Amino acid sequence: MSGISPDVMIGIFSTMMALATPFLYAALGETFAQRSGVVNLGVDGIMLISAFAAFYVVLLTNNLWLGLLAAALVGLAMGLLMSVVSVSLKAEQGVSGIGLYMLGMGLSSLLFKVLVGTVKTVQGFRGVAIPVLSDIPFIGPVLFRNSVLVYGAFLLVPLSYFVLEKTTLGLKIKAVGQNPAAADSVGISVNGIRYFSVCLGAALAGIAGASLSISLLNLFQDNLTAGQGFIAVALVYFGGWNPWGVLVGALLFSVVNSIQLWMQVLGVKIPSAVAVMLPYVLTIVALTVSVNRVRQPAALNKPFERGES
Amino acid sequence: MKLAKVLTALALASVLAAGAFAAPVKIAVIMPSATTDMAFSQSMWQALLAVQKAAGGESAILIKYTDNMFNVPDAAAAIRDYASQGFDIVIAHGSQYGSSVQEIAKDFPKVTFAWGTDVNTYGLPNVYAYTAAAEEGGYVNGVLAAKLTKSKKIGVTGPIEVGDAKTYIDGFVQGVLSVDKTIVVSKTWTGSFSDVALMTAAAQTHIANGADALTGSSQSVVGSVGAAKDKGNVLWFGTQFDQSSLAPAIVVASQNYDWNGMLKDILAKRKAGTLGGIAYTLTLKNGGLKIAYNPAYKLPAAAKKAADAAAKAIAAGTLKVEP
Amino acid sequence: MLSERSISPEKASSRKAVDWGAIVVNVALPFAGVIVALFVGVIMLLLLKADPIAAYTALVQGAVGSTFGLTQSLVKATPLLLVGSGICIAFRANVINIGGEGQIIMGALAGTALPLAFPTVPGYILIPGACLAGFMAGAFWGFIPGILKARLKVNEILSTIMLNAIALQVMNLLLQGPLMDPEGIAHGTFLNQSAQLPHQAYLARLVPQTLLHTGAILALVVAIACYFFLWRTGLGFNIRAVGLNPAASRYSGIDVPFYEALSMTLAGGLAGLAGVIEVIGVQHRLMSGITGGYGFTGIVAALLGSLHPLGLIPASVFFGGLLVGADKMQRAVQVPSSLITAMLGLIVLFVSGSSLWARRWMAHRDASTARRNSMAGASARGEEA
Repeated sequence: MSGISPDVMIGIFSTMMALATPFLYAALGETFAQRSGVVNLGVDGIMLISAFAAFYVVLLTNNLWLGLLAAALVGLAMGLLMSVVSVSLKAEQGVSGIGLYMLGMGLSSLLFKVLVGTVKTVQGFRGVAIPVLSDIPFIGPVLFRNSVLVYGAFLLVPLSYFVLEKTTLGLKIKAVGQNPAAADSVGISVNGIRYFSVCLGAALAGIAGASLSISLLNLFQDNLTAGQGFIAVALVYFGGWNPWGVLVGALLFSVVNSIQLWMQVLGVKIPSAVAVMLPYVLTIVALTVSVNRVRQPAALNKPFERGES
Repeated sequence: MKLAKVLTALALASVLAAGAFAAPVKIAVIMPSATTDMAFSQSMWQALLAVQKAAGGESAILIKYTDNMFNVPDAAAAIRDYASQGFDIVIAHGSQYGSSVQEIAKDFPKVTFAWGTDVNTYGLPNVYAYTAAAEEGGYVNGVLAAKLTKSKKIGVTGPIEVGDAKTYIDGFVQGVLSVDKTIVVSKTWTGSFSDVALMTAAAQTHIANGADALTGSSQSVVGSVGAAKDKGNVLWFGTQFDQSSLAPAIVVASQNYDWNGMLKDILAKRKAGTLGGIAYTLTLKNGGLKIAYNPAYKLPAAAKKAADAAAKAIAAGTLKVEP
Repeated sequence: MLSERSISPEKASSRKAVDWGAIVVNVALPFAGVIVALFVGVIMLLLLKADPIAAYTALVQGAVGSTFGLTQSLVKATPLLLVGSGICIAFRANVINIGGEGQIIMGALAGTALPLAFPTVPGYILIPGACLAGFMAGAFWGFIPGILKARLKVNEILSTIMLNAIALQVMNLLLQGPLMDPEGIAHGTFLNQSAQLPHQAYLARLVPQTLLHTGAILALVVAIACYFFLWRTGLGFNIRAVGLNPAASRYSGIDVPFYEALSMTLAGGLAGLAGVIEVIGVQHRLMSGITGGYGFTGIVAALLGSLHPLGLIPASVFFGGLLVGADKMQRAVQVPSSLITAMLGLIVLFVSGSSLWARRWMAHRDASTARRNSMAGASARGEEA
């Protein structure tokens, strides 16, 4: 390819920022859940129903923050359901996650059809240019002219890292995920911590949904997420259960997606199906060549019962 | 004398009563996506509701639907079930339902089956087929877009290069090039009919590349409209359904699939005894395809003139658009 | 992943006693879960102004009330049984296979391409050939995550999610290109499907005017074969050992990564076989939507069958019937299909949550049996309990 103009570069990375945002919220949330030992495959369903909730509230009230709150609360409710089934009732987590996904998908479609009936746009969180910083050439337009929810997603990365690595709460979460029996013996409520992590993860997945319906896309459509929640779960594994690793994964996936779109727009002679495949292929390739062989939380996907190993 | 009058009155009354209490025509429709998709399924759904309303409501036409039938055996079960329940017309609104219709129609010779989008009636007397010559409206949209673009760059955000998505876009490109061969038309395909986020990103990519007019197809294209709306001065040209409600300021025109005419014709033919055997094509000529101009957008006269001329020529047959 | 509690260690090696208590409980409790979910469904139906009684009557009637309903339940049970058998094998090695969607697609692609490439070959070669091709293609698609996990410790959830998406695009690529139906090109409709397969490649229909085909029998045979594989062969024993206690298996010399990869490959192959069967048995061509979500619902069926291939047989029929009945319910009371999806989600949630009580019941029973045995043993030895 002949010299890529700076405008194209800015375009690629700006699109990357937008695409990465829902992945970041959902994957960071799932990181908390998985660090405590629970796999939640229902993230896509949570994103869908919360996206609808945010959209509907904004449609009715025009209050964006209320919409965001609604998304978080709906996500929390779904998280509670998942916790009850997977933590208290010790269900097979892969399966209960699928059930949650179907519930979220079905409910969001149903409510959308019954309450709204057709696609409508809303005025969501607009891009906010941060003074001074947004004028820096190249970095400015890419990083500092985004909406509040985009900023939030990226700030969540160091915040999550801080919570997990530098706080007692993080210590408890990791302990519960690594050795629940030992954690239990020193008085940590294993199920309590797991409830917290799953609900936190679900609330963040809810915000991921809201980032789509009231910020990036500004509408709701049937099956809005089209499977992005599953990609988010996959990114947790890619990132080695570390928020910074998740960031790398989200950015890698999104930038390749952005590049393949640019390739199509610029008329590069590549079949579109191959272009669309690229982010997925490169994610697998990246993982096979990366040296980081992080072990998963030892108690991942194992419900805890006192008295058992 | 009096007896004759009474008898006549009775006869009239009973005829009227029979008309009033006549059983409604029962139509069942099976669709591959939601009725809210603002695209393929919604266009048929709205047309059915409109035909029902025009005929006098539920007492005249009873409609039952089954949506989200992307699994063909499930759809086959639905088609067969509605047929066996004595429905008059079963509409299998999805190109994947063809083989199912072919099998089932043989078992229910008294039921009218209509399916699309395809041209194959399988030689069965009770099967109608229908399709839309989407490339025609695509051409007209292309002419419009070519007249209105200032940057001479136009973007196409497509889902998967098949079916009427492909034919619409092929027609669009022909229309653009017929006005000005120097205009660059870029195409992206997201590989999905439902991925709104990727469609939005694709639209944003076109816009960042300098496109000031966009078009595309599928239910996910609402994302493209949103992206165009966000930018503010990017024009949108739609298909399958009137999308001007999404962004009144920038939607210029939409090619509407108007199934009304075809549905009314099928109803009339069935009443007259013809249960099938015709392949309908929605065209500009027969009014099945309508170019709906957005009243909220001020269309320059020259552009409209060119578009109208193209539409007329296509309808007259003097201009051939290859699908 | 497979909870150690759901099969007690004795059962793994036991070849004699059939644990009827466990079977009854493992059937009754999921069933109870379904009932509870349907109760919640009543509320949802009422909110939508639909008649719950008419709805549930239609649900039952749809599944068992007609020849067509019964055969359709079996038609749906077929891919559930095939995919589910593969899931069972994978689960037994503690590997979760959520790559079913992609593996089905690859199997369907191979099973379509072969008959189309050799349209004059007679059926008795073409059908087994297509099945084999589909199995191999699916197995390959399961082998990739398997080997990545075994050699490079790449988590299989990550790789299968990626491979699902890649398979979808491979299908798009081929359906837009070499596999596109020539009829569609000729008519200018460019439909998203392959040409119709040659007639000798079709599976025979078992009941006229229904979709039930001989693939159902094949699925049954495969499920039984999986049972024998897991419980009567050395390879199967090793797979189960790896799943129950990877550390002990490694210690006793079993190559754990090999068996993880093997189980993933087999699971992929069975899903691929499901894909071929759907093409040659039901649809007679390849089109988008061929997976029908079976990559996921197969997992649910496997759970309903307690992750045992023989339990999977009634579970698939039941679940297939539930899906068929639910569609009938939609048609009868005219609720949106999305309500059905939501209710199925609730069913899965409740059923997966019910396994706790099954395990508790069995643990309680095993504990009291053990107590009784030890007391009997103690008194026989002349001691106090």
